[in-house]
Amino acid sequence: MTPPPTPLVSLRSVRKSFGPVEVLHGVDLEVMPGEVLVLAGENGAGKSTLVNILSGVHTDFSGEIALRGRPRRFTGPADAARSGIATIHQELSLVPTMTVADNLFLGNERTDRWGRVDFAAQEREAERLLEQAGLDVAPRRLVAELPVSTQQMIEIARALARDAALFILDEPTSALNEPEVEALFARIATLRREGRGIVYITHKMEEIYRLADRITVLRDGSHVVTAPAADLPPAELVARLVGRELDTRPPEPATTRGAPILEVRDLAVAHPVVPYLRLVDGVSFTLHEGEILGLAGLQGSGASDVLQALFGAAAGPVSGSVTLAGSPYSPGGPREAIERRVMLLTNDRKARGLAPELSVSHSVTLASLPRFTRRGGWIRRRAARGAAEDVTRRFRVGAPSLDAPVRMLSGGNQQKVYLARCLLTEPRLLLLDEPTRGIDIGAKTDIYALVRSWVADGIAILLITSELDELFLLCDRIMVLHRGRIAAELAGGSATKERVMGAAMGHGAGGRA
Amino acid sequence: MSGKAREGLRRLWRTPEARALLALLLMLAIGAVFNADGAFFRWSVHRDMLRQVSVYGILACGMTIVIVSAGIDLSVSSLLALSAVGFAWLTLPAGQAAVFAILVVLAAGTALGSLSGFLVARMRIQPFIVTLAMMVFARGLAKVVSGGRKITNYVTAPDGSSRVVDLPRAFDVIDSRILGGNLSIVTVVFLACVLVTWIVLARLRLGRHVYAVGGNEEAARLSGVPVRRTLVAAYALSGFFAAVAGVCQAAQETQGDPETGMGYELDAIAMVVIGGTSLAGGKGSVTLTLIGVLTIGYLQKILSLNAAPEATRLMLTGAIIVCAVLFQRGR
Repeated sequence: MTPPPTPLVSLRSVRKSFGPVEVLHGVDLEVMPGEVLVLAGENGAGKSTLVNILSGVHTDFSGEIALRGRPRRFTGPADAARSGIATIHQELSLVPTMTVADNLFLGNERTDRWGRVDFAAQEREAERLLEQAGLDVAPRRLVAELPVSTQQMIEIARALARDAALFILDEPTSALNEPEVEALFARIATLRREGRGIVYITHKMEEIYRLADRITVLRDGSHVVTAPAADLPPAELVARLVGRELDTRPPEPATTRGAPILEVRDLAVAHPVVPYLRLVDGVSFTLHEGEILGLAGLQGSGASDVLQALFGAAAGPVSGSVTLAGSPYSPGGPREAIERRVMLLTNDRKARGLAPELSVSHSVTLASLPRFTRRGGWIRRRAARGAAEDVTRRFRVGAPSLDAPVRMLSGGNQQKVYLARCLLTEPRLLLLDEPTRGIDIGAKTDIYALVRSWVADGIAILLITSELDELFLLCDRIMVLHRGRIAAELAGGSATKERVMGAAMGHGAGGRA
Repeated sequence: MSGKAREGLRRLWRTPEARALLALLLMLAIGAVFNADGAFFRWSVHRDMLRQVSVYGILACGMTIVIVSAGIDLSVSSLLALSAVGFAWLTLPAGQAAVFAILVVLAAGTALGSLSGFLVARMRIQPFIVTLAMMVFARGLAKVVSGGRKITNYVTAPDGSSRVVDLPRAFDVIDSRILGGNLSIVTVVFLACVLVTWIVLARLRLGRHVYAVGGNEEAARLSGVPVRRTLVAAYALSGFFAAVAGVCQAAQETQGDPETGMGYELDAIAMVVIGGTSLAGGKGSVTLTLIGVLTIGYLQKILSLNAAPEATRLMLTGAIIVCAVLFQRGR
């Protein structure tokens, strides 16, 4: 019949590096008019980088972009938008202090020839857009007053209102409820019928198979496969996501596993603003002395929220019962948790871990100052300094001096400083959220050795990591979370990457082992 | 010079203390050049400079603590006026003992500082706004206490008759000099305040908490630091020092003037910043502030020795604040 249509957009051998590290190793991608292409991959596979290249955020990459067959190079996000590419990023980009209508037309205001904004026209138009999106919101409401899910819908409505040829949606449903998801899917169906192209990123199996015409799998920055959804059944997809090779390494024998130290029953954490959402929903488990329990899960699985709840720093109201070393435990805040010898390493060293100007020595002793204080509030400086010296040597922290501000240290050494602070509190339960995020191999190896030595000393560890290899390397048992619930519990040999990923994506591959 | 020594020197040069000190030495060198016919080499000039910066310097001590906590305290000038008026009223018309008056005034300054701290820490209002409000409020309170007039030793009784009372000895003592007239008592008070601030910031756990809260509040909270208590303490100390400054001011002016100290908060902030303490919080020290106080003090002194007109003085001070901060940052 007709010749094959030209792709709306095509990428050819796109490479992108951050500093010395190449994160995309020559990726190809094509989106046809009227199709939904699902981009699948683990955390860190390069999806977001690819989206940022497509939407003009990253302009320094090698390779080619062609729009409808014509080579094109974006100079920035505004250029990409003008060229007909509309992007909904994972993070909200609305201005909370402006009205819904103002936000819908931000950067695209309806003005007369003198530059005066025609607010009436904008409001009329906004009303139409909101109705189209299935939203019952007055255009004059302030965005800040609206629930997060509505904000996300507005964000989507704003992008979808554009007369774009290609829509990129990066995990758009993470904060939406059921009817809102349905409304979004209906809109996507309409766009598709109109012959527009859609790149859809999601971790959720059900969404992949409801929406996808074709699926492109990325792994470690490389293109793995692109196939029609029908040719890539869930089991096959998961295998492609994690790579073929099965991890056959025997798990470390649980050497010093001792008495139960932590018993968690029906732990739940409610969403701080959206009460019907539960970040953690009925999680129960037991942890023993000298045991490492891995918590696996994709973004938004609730794994981090479990750790924060156990540290008295949950995002929302916590319920359930927890027993620590035989007595009830419900910390009112981090101080109380530290007093009960529980310590948390957050997954965000920069925002929640270190103060850049604080010296190495002050940083490592910060959480254990009560131990280094005499009566009257005087610091026992020699003791504190000695402890800092000792722990930084044991952790092999590379720092010009103990008095150097931590901002002068490399990422790996900063992470060691952060870990050292946690360990100086002499915890019996250590909550580690991504302890090796963003650091080099050398520092990683050091940290693995440290973690093993702590376990040998009888410390119990709850560990979150998005690197499956790390999970298998360190953990005695693995618990997989999906939407705040335990999707699978895998012990020792029964854990495979396929089963972990499958369960994490809500594909019932897990089961209790 | 050997490589090692050069490396050591380079590292020393990188410390903010060395940079601040260099700026001060530069200022002294300028003074030595423009010495106003040798006036700059007389100790009395330096003694007077120290006396003149002392009240500002006392304010700058508290300001340093608050700024390290990533806050700001605009209310110090009004708290100074309030305590000057309170001290004068208690000792002159009310006839109370000076020691008692000082204790009351210090307690009041600390209490109002704590109130600012409470509003910052518990009510989560921005420090700028809280202390701006406190600045206006305390100035009003000072006028209430004084009845809107200056409180002097010319006392009007309720029946309308007026008489002159003796100025309590405390006024003279605070405004006197020791060591053969070579050092003013207010300067001694200032140096004592520097010492107290140094102990708080460098030797007490509270100091570690202040740096941590200023450097990264969330990280401090997750390390078990009592963030709210720390913030309240920082503003309370600032209020305390403002009250100390107020007593000194009253003694020097031999009266309690509700209009006194207008704009002093900005001088105090400038002194802290010139020393190299960052308004972003989490870094800095009272040693730096001491150097900053001396730098500004000498600048003013040199300009006045050389009879520079007021306008020139203001413009040069503004320019030098910017230069000093750029210099502190390096490059």
